[in-house]
Amino acid sequence: MDLSFSPEEEEFRREVQSFLRDKLPQSLSGKVRTGKRLTKQDYEQWHAILNERGWLAHHWPVDYGGPGWTVGQSAIFDEETALAHAPRIIPFGVSMLGPVLIRYGSEEQKRHWLPRILDGTDWWCQGYSEPGAGSDLASLKCAAVRDGDHYVVNGQKTWTTLGQYADMIFCLVRTSSEGKKQEGISFLLIDMKTPGVEVRPIILLDGEHEVNEVFFSDVRVPVENLVGEENRGWTYAKYLLTYERTNIAGVGVSMAAFRELKAIASRQKKNGRPLLEDPLFVARLARLEIDLENMKTTNLRVLAAAGKGAAPVAESSMLKIRGTEIRQEITSLMRRALGPYAQPFVSEALDEGYEGEAVGPEYAAPVSADYFNNRKLSIFGGSNEVQREIITKAILEL
Amino acid sequence: MDFSYSEDRQMVADILARYVQQRYPMETRHRISGSGMGWSPDHWAALAEMGIAGMLFPQTGGGFGGGGFDIALVFDQIGRGLIVEPFLGVLMAGHALILAGGQEELVGEVIAGTKLLAFAHEEADSRYDPAAISCVARKAGDDWMLTGGKAVVPQVQAADRIVVSARISGSAGEAAGISLFLVEAGCAGLSVRAYPMIDGGRGGELALAGARATLLSDNGFAIIEQAIAAGTVALCWEAIGIMDELKAQTLEYLRTRTQFGAPIGKFQALQHRMATVALEIEQARSAAINAAAALESDHAVRERAVSAAKYTIGRVGTLVAEEAIQLHGGIGMTWELPLSHYAKRLTMIGHQLGDEDYHLERFASLGRAVA
Repeated sequence: MDLSFSPEEEEFRREVQSFLRDKLPQSLSGKVRTGKRLTKQDYEQWHAILNERGWLAHHWPVDYGGPGWTVGQSAIFDEETALAHAPRIIPFGVSMLGPVLIRYGSEEQKRHWLPRILDGTDWWCQGYSEPGAGSDLASLKCAAVRDGDHYVVNGQKTWTTLGQYADMIFCLVRTSSEGKKQEGISFLLIDMKTPGVEVRPIILLDGEHEVNEVFFSDVRVPVENLVGEENRGWTYAKYLLTYERTNIAGVGVSMAAFRELKAIASRQKKNGRPLLEDPLFVARLARLEIDLENMKTTNLRVLAAAGKGAAPVAESSMLKIRGTEIRQEITSLMRRALGPYAQPFVSEALDEGYEGEAVGPEYAAPVSADYFNNRKLSIFGGSNEVQREIITKAILEL
Repeated sequence: MDFSYSEDRQMVADILARYVQQRYPMETRHRISGSGMGWSPDHWAALAEMGIAGMLFPQTGGGFGGGGFDIALVFDQIGRGLIVEPFLGVLMAGHALILAGGQEELVGEVIAGTKLLAFAHEEADSRYDPAAISCVARKAGDDWMLTGGKAVVPQVQAADRIVVSARISGSAGEAAGISLFLVEAGCAGLSVRAYPMIDGGRGGELALAGARATLLSDNGFAIIEQAIAAGTVALCWEAIGIMDELKAQTLEYLRTRTQFGAPIGKFQALQHRMATVALEIEQARSAAINAAAALESDHAVRERAVSAAKYTIGRVGTLVAEEAIQLHGGIGMTWELPLSHYAKRLTMIGHQLGDEDYHLERFASLGRAVA
């Protein structure tokens, strides 16, 4: 047993830190730190910076442009970028589609699409959920019917995150209604500019336009945009969902957010003393900090096992549940810490260049909206209840 | 980063696991646990012969282990077998003797299995606070005389020598002035009221009325903290062993018990409870790994990791014990099923060396000291 990072990994940590000092623009880290809105260009800028260093697709094999990091290095990168308030990497192309194409795509698809993910030519979005297919994803109905050299797609996708920016969407579509519902699904790449594709915004409870509905009416998709085999899409979809393990726990993001929470609690007052000295609040913080410390080690254990070739199905679900619970608890404690100043919400204050006066402490502006927004964490990517099903299936073997 | 045991350690763990399975089955355990002694000299001798006592102590003290993960692998197996033998007292008192120095011969006998130790520190009103010591020591010629009481000392009847804390100055709550002494079992001025414990084995109250004692160290508090840290890591891993057993037994029951025409593991209400239990056990294991890894670190790092682990074990241990019984239903309430004995021991670990609330508060106050 040895929990420490190797000297090489510690050297790598310094390399990441120095890269972030030199290359992460303050215009970006400042926005992330203060909870301001990030634009499409902000994300693209950060992707380009990482890509230039060869660090954008850090889970990809070296042959496809990955840096060939150890699990320890990936964990360090995740921690350091979060602690430096770097924008998140938009996962749809890099972390979701990329690995699927690498594993199941044709040579031609890999040659065409992978470089475009890296250089930002295509902004990808994910077409999985439908109004009638949420937790029961395999019951999806959006249909693709073969017509010569094309598939003709009709149906609807929903909860499409940042679909308003997307050039391309990877979709699960129904190509057969024979047999088990999982066995009639295919994995299709669709150009968002194709006639018949319509994107409508869904405004979430924090007032933000983050997700969309996407409608398909007689959308013609060339057959070469089918990934792998027809009716085998469920296998690829599951692979996609379990591939991205490094970040499922969100260790780095939670560490950065916990630090911010402590800073807020040290400045808020209760009975004339810092909230950080209030025994009840301190107990909540201590529980959270211990949970986070424990999860950090669980995460490393799972990564180490995955690095040795294990497929940690139950463990990934455990990390998803505990990771999202911890992030939600952090945003919840931030909201509580503000007291009455959790209530005012000046939406424009989250825009770049806002020069109005802050209501209450300046760090209060994004907190409640962030709390409400993060209720999504225990719902998306397989709700935490679905994760419990996956755990019991794996350990009960019934 | 490496989360597996070295080959040597894994071998010791395997040998101990085999011994527990073959020589210490549940009926044997119950017979020993419920006996007037509450432990077994034969098993102790056999285990010492196998080198298990030596695994608890560093080479500097004549042992061949003593690190966090050496203690971990031994107590993991103690948990799995629900072993009642006096390992905890031997571990804590032995570490105190080695840290204090000057007792090499005695430690050698302990490692050989010919002498046993107990660690008598907590008092009736100290409630986990290691500085809340009222027991008093007075100089008497070359020796010292101890007066006061010690509470709920595990397997104290088994001990040939007892490591006892007492003050040479100051008052309860002050770390300064607490010293460590060695007392001969059965000496004049020492009386023991021994009793059975709800989770098996025996404990005892010590009444000291001028009991003759040898001074081990007049700077006892730092040594006591380290002995408690080692003992806490041990208890955390005993709990991990127990939780793994409870999980395995409960999963097996969910697979095989049929109601409403289906294995009860098919019911979602039970599945979700079980998933939470499994998830929390992994968190507890991570906490126990963190504590074992920090045992040889400096004070601040060590004590925070130890308190984080004992808090987690306290919280998760109660959950796992209660859920294991609940998921078994009526049969989980019976003496006959080993499950109930695992659940009792796991719950009572929460009452040793600091409970969940104590360690949460301590973790927070240690954090303030660091910041």
